[in-house]
Amino acid sequence: MVDNKKYNFRKFKIISLIILFIYLTFVIFLIHPFGEPKATKMDDYFIKNAQRQTGSNNVVSSIVFDYRGLDTLGEASVLFIAVMSISLILGEKKNT
Amino acid sequence: MSKIIKIISLIILNPIIIFGLYVIVHGHLTPGGGFQGGAIIAGATALILVVFENNIKLSRGLFSLFEFLGLTSFILMAFWGIVKNTFFYNFLTNSNGILGKTIVFGINQGYLNSGGVIPLMNLSVGIEVASGLSLIIILITRNL
Repeated sequence: MVDNKKYNFRKFKIISLIILFIYLTFVIFLIHPFGEPKATKMDDYFIKNAQRQTGSNNVVSSIVFDYRGLDTLGEASVLFIAVMSISLILGEKKNT
Repeated sequence: MSKIIKIISLIILNPIIIFGLYVIVHGHLTPGGGFQGGAIIAGATALILVVFENNIKLSRGLFSLFEFLGLTSFILMAFWGIVKNTFFYNFLTNSNGILGKTIVFGINQGYLNSGGVIPLMNLSVGIEVASGLSLIIILITRNL
């Protein structure tokens, strides 16, 4: 059995922290500049065709309810499950 | 709460609910939609519960019925697209009938009679979110 108190992990912690710091400082230069997304093909498609295809002026609404309708269905069912579980926990009448 | 707060909240309650309905109905023209408008209407329920503490009883059955109706109408509208083309197919748009006005690309005046199935889905999601959040607030405040 190795006595844990004998081995001090302080040196190991400091070295791992320094390695993490160097790694993250290099990652900063890899991030692409703010406001310039790399892939704009899908955005251009939505901006050009959303009004004509769905007939709604609000492009966000047309994406949420038409192009990505399945995600909205999941969102609504998540809220439904939350309400159902809360009414299961708190629904019974309080004993007074 | 005091009498001043009660009267002021009664005055301000109608504009809150009407603004929530406006955000829901104009979801395909202006920023907002079903979730946001439903949250505004749930805020009105929270105001009622805070101001009229124990003097008012809101029925839970009506809210749960409305939530059920909202989610089922949303799912039925999604499945009705299978009859026409695919799941979540927008079968009403560009049909020049009800909710099917064709709009031009770019800046135009907003037509309420456009968007196909999107306003109906906004309405159902708005009803569902409003009644669901109201139900959560009622259940939590009742057991305090």
